[in-house]
Amino acid sequence: MQTKRTIFPNKVLPYLLLAPQLAITIVFFLWPAAQAVRSSFEREDPFGGRTTFIWFRNYLRLLNDPEYLNSLGRTAIFAIGVTVLSMTVSLLLAAAVNRLLRSGKFYTTLLVWPYAVAPVVAGILWWFMFNPTIGIVPYLLDMAGVRWNHRINGNDAMLLVILAAAWKQISYNFLFFVAGMQSVPRSLIEAAAIDGAGPFKRFWTIVFPLISPTTFFLMIINMNYAMFDTFGIIDGTTQGGPAGSTNTLVYKVYADGFLGLNIGSSSAQSVVLMLIVIALTAIQFRWVERRVQY
Amino acid sequence: MATIDLVDVRKTYAGNVEAVRGIDLAVADGELVVLVGPSGCGKSTLLRMVAGLETITAGTVSIDGAVVNKLEPAERDIAMVFQNYALYPHMSVRQNLEYGLKNRGTPRPVIDERVAEAARILEIAPFLDRKPRQLSGGQRQRVAMGRAIVRQPKAFLFDEPLSNLDAKLRGQMRVEIRRLQRTLGTTSLYVTHDQLEAMTLADRLVVMNAGRIEQVGRPTELYATPASLFVAGFIGSPPMNFFDMDFLREKAGDSIPPLPKGTDVIGVRPDSIGIEADDAPAIPLAAVVELIEPVGGESHLHLRLDGSDQLITVEVPGRPDLADGARVTVRLSTAALHPFNRDSGRRTD
Amino acid sequence: MVENRPFLNVLTHLVLILGVAIVVFPVYLAFVASTHGYNDFLSGLAPLLPGPRLIENYTQMWTAGLSTAGAPPVWLMLTNSLIMSLTIAIGKIAISIISAYAIVYFKFPFRLLAFWAIFITLMLPVEVRIMPTFKVVADLGLLNSYAGLTVPLIASATATFLFRQFFLTIPDELMEAARVDGAGPMKFFRDILLPLSRTNIAALFVILFIYGWVQYLWPLLVTTESRYYTLVMGIKRLAAVADSDPYWNLVMAAVMLAMLPPVLVIVFMQRLFIKGLVETEK
Repeated sequence: MQTKRTIFPNKVLPYLLLAPQLAITIVFFLWPAAQAVRSSFEREDPFGGRTTFIWFRNYLRLLNDPEYLNSLGRTAIFAIGVTVLSMTVSLLLAAAVNRLLRSGKFYTTLLVWPYAVAPVVAGILWWFMFNPTIGIVPYLLDMAGVRWNHRINGNDAMLLVILAAAWKQISYNFLFFVAGMQSVPRSLIEAAAIDGAGPFKRFWTIVFPLISPTTFFLMIINMNYAMFDTFGIIDGTTQGGPAGSTNTLVYKVYADGFLGLNIGSSSAQSVVLMLIVIALTAIQFRWVERRVQY
Repeated sequence: MATIDLVDVRKTYAGNVEAVRGIDLAVADGELVVLVGPSGCGKSTLLRMVAGLETITAGTVSIDGAVVNKLEPAERDIAMVFQNYALYPHMSVRQNLEYGLKNRGTPRPVIDERVAEAARILEIAPFLDRKPRQLSGGQRQRVAMGRAIVRQPKAFLFDEPLSNLDAKLRGQMRVEIRRLQRTLGTTSLYVTHDQLEAMTLADRLVVMNAGRIEQVGRPTELYATPASLFVAGFIGSPPMNFFDMDFLREKAGDSIPPLPKGTDVIGVRPDSIGIEADDAPAIPLAAVVELIEPVGGESHLHLRLDGSDQLITVEVPGRPDLADGARVTVRLSTAALHPFNRDSGRRTD
Repeated sequence: MVENRPFLNVLTHLVLILGVAIVVFPVYLAFVASTHGYNDFLSGLAPLLPGPRLIENYTQMWTAGLSTAGAPPVWLMLTNSLIMSLTIAIGKIAISIISAYAIVYFKFPFRLLAFWAIFITLMLPVEVRIMPTFKVVADLGLLNSYAGLTVPLIASATATFLFRQFFLTIPDELMEAARVDGAGPMKFFRDILLPLSRTNIAALFVILFIYGWVQYLWPLLVTTESRYYTLVMGIKRLAAVADSDPYWNLVMAAVMLAMLPPVLVIVFMQRLFIKGLVETEK
């Protein structure tokens, strides 16, 4: 692994420098992760406190549990929905900003700040907008003859959380798309213009292909975000309901573990989630490391 | 003031890569010794071992008589001038100059005095409060040297300091470095890949190749009597022409003077080949002019020898009255033949 | 490039204005709601234009909170959030920069192992290890404490990688010159490396401050006493009053207050924020 050409010869100092981070990492990351793996192979009696080793039964139960499989499906729908919606809108906005010379900065400021909004707050904001009693959206939909109630209708609930999650991610994707587009050399665009390509053609045939690393990268990030950073959004809107229609994997881990007190199953779910994260991170690291030069 | 002594110094990297293979060198007090050679010959590695930036696999490095193998760079009392100047970008010029002295706990009045002195010698006093990024390349180079001077070290180590400058600036800075070193009298070890720089700066010149020393001596010695094919071809511009003995015997056998046993290659410098017919003893060869390069007061002629594919270079004064494609007889002066043996690579006389 | 396409220019602006509207609209509604009285919500549609009760609502939330929902006054929760965010941001930067320094500028046994141990934390977000981490924190007696709120979130690897990447781009000669100038490793770190890292540190600070501010699940689990509630998690409690109608105006007042500090940070440090974002994800 890369180091500098010259290094300091000290032998003890590096350990001292690493100690704080390693200490916290071991106590609060590695040890709990190991615990989660161990618990996933056990069944704990919540009242008696006995634990029995049950091999892969928790995992098998998961795979046979219709609720879990439902959750897997729901998570996939959620992740894909958020990714597609959020990236499309941000791409459009980034392309628009990229055309402007002066007012670009101004619009960017206006579009960037939602990054500061906490996921749960975003959830509450959208819940408020879609509230069947007093929300503005159901009111308008009602006038168009569409009944909305995400408390009863599972699809409405899923739509709501997708919208809320995508909304919050717009500014992040926007920033990266803008950065990506700005790194496309002006000379290429000018050459295309001389070759007779109009703005739309230039975008689709030159800019879009050249920002594909950014696009791919953002896809991974958005999937990651949708799967793990959206706990707050779901808790702030539907709490996994109605009837499990928005019970994504990460929410289920919490619900089963803390509310349902089923430690074994929750741990097994955690482990599965961990594996998914590892896979996604590996893909991301591999892809990104290929492009980066020091 | 100090001597630098290298005894059988070696450097081996992981994977058994031998970068430096047994170097013996003694640098006298106040001398400016230049290490020159092609990329990868080990000269920079050797310099860095003297500085303490690379560990020494075997052998000893002594500064002023004391072995310094185990000492940190700061403890060796040396100063280094880097190719990329290595000025601290967030500090002003003055702070850059003071840094080394402050770390050693030098008293403030001494620091101020030395900085002022260095600024005067290098003519950088107007920039003392600027940041490096506000200076030109040449100015930065002088600040880098200033940083070395204020330390008043036992030795200066230069790592290709002029490589990043344009040709004209390089010429000027070369003169300045030489003058400076003479004035201060500090022992110096200088690394470069530019043989012209090496020739003009060195008290003594060390030609390195593939981790070994090819030859050590005064620049004029190396020019006049190169000890190996490598040195012969490396020193001197335009480079020496080499002729195969069999070819010469075939083309002009009777004009070749007696040569030491084992000679199968002869080198002749471009300035020792003439194109005018005269009485001086010479080996004549027929050739065709391919290209004439006028270079100021002289011209470099590139000719192809009859009966072979070989291109040779001849240096003549002024502008000869020749055109491309003209036939000429080149005359190799027999007083300036350098005989070599191809297998050993060494000079045979 | 000189191109005259007035129609496209107008379209561009329209798209952007629409985008800004979409982004701003939910917040606008919330703001409007926070300026009305409770009764204005009983009519079946939340008001669309601001009302008169701005000062009242905000003062009430700030000073008294909402006892029916078990939420303490906003100023208390805000203070907790501030402490948490600042501690996390500063703590993370501090331990990451020295770790990155150790990994880049030194060679020592188990270096690779340490690198991977830290790297693995990228793959373990809180949500994935909540149960056992909660148990460890509880066992250490750190529930309901600032330490419990902050320390488990400090050690993740993004900051370490940012600094590592940055250090790798610093020319080798700078460190060599410093060594020749008599600087030992800590002196080099303090005199040369730290000043050069200033922008990176500032950019990271923005990102990490926001990261700490928006934490929800972790404070939810770790605090049971209301005096430790953070603002973001406290808001949820306000809004989740069974299924009957919450005091929307007051809830939204708290929501606006909760959004204010991080949004201000982003707006005023926009350049640094963007740099920090783009650098950490590379």
